[in-house]
Amino acid sequence: MASGVKPRVKVPKTASAGEVVIIKSLISHKMESGQRKDKEGNIIPRSIINRFTVEFNGQSVLDMTMEPAISTNPYVQFEATVPEAGDFVFTWYDDDGSVYDTTKSVVIV
Amino acid sequence: MEFSRRDTLALGLGAAVVTLLPFSVNAATDDVIASFTGGADMADTGIELTAPEIAENGNTVPIQVSAPGASAIILIATGNPTPGVAQFNFGPLAGAQSASTRIRLAGTQDVVAIAKLADGSFAKASSTVKVTIGGCGG
Repeated sequence: MASGVKPRVKVPKTASAGEVVIIKSLISHKMESGQRKDKEGNIIPRSIINRFTVEFNGQSVLDMTMEPAISTNPYVQFEATVPEAGDFVFTWYDDDGSVYDTTKSVVIV
Repeated sequence: MEFSRRDTLALGLGAAVVTLLPFSVNAATDDVIASFTGGADMADTGIELTAPEIAENGNTVPIQVSAPGASAIILIATGNPTPGVAQFNFGPLAGAQSASTRIRLAGTQDVVAIAKLADGSFAKASSTVKVTIGGCGG
């Protein structure tokens, strides 16, 4: 498990039914590409987040596959429709098998 | 130093290998594209790729893709050691088929985005990004 992994997501707390909201997500992760070498010239092994998914009440919003070319601390901004009150579930899948997730609730006003 | 017939031949061979090398890079890109599109033709409209003209730091280059109605979009950095960058699959609750993220670029190169549109056809957009400092370590 990579150390210091902390997901951060910005979702509006309230929305009207059917509204399209902008979501910004960021997770602190070093995203080691597997291309870099250390001082002795040994290749530092690849260690990245390879998949990021977003669901709202069990329905898919975004399913993203990431390669080593994604920058350190992967940042993704996208738009989602909020049909009803519920929870956004954000899940990140690490190369080493770890899964990080966070949940944000949205209330309909 | 005098060039013998043998030296000249070796030089010519070396030069030929060097000129052929870029094609191997392009072949990797073509593989990624082919595995996504299955070799289908790509239209030029229906997808928008927003990338900076000049990126000072290749470690974080902001990229935005948008393709209304697309079910999936892939991003390819043609000049990277591994050309694939990311694939976005949009679900039924996606508000718009657009996303932005930050990517690494090894050097000045073309960034390509290909979208799979709702009718099953493909659209392609590309943009050249000049990179001052490469972002792949060394």
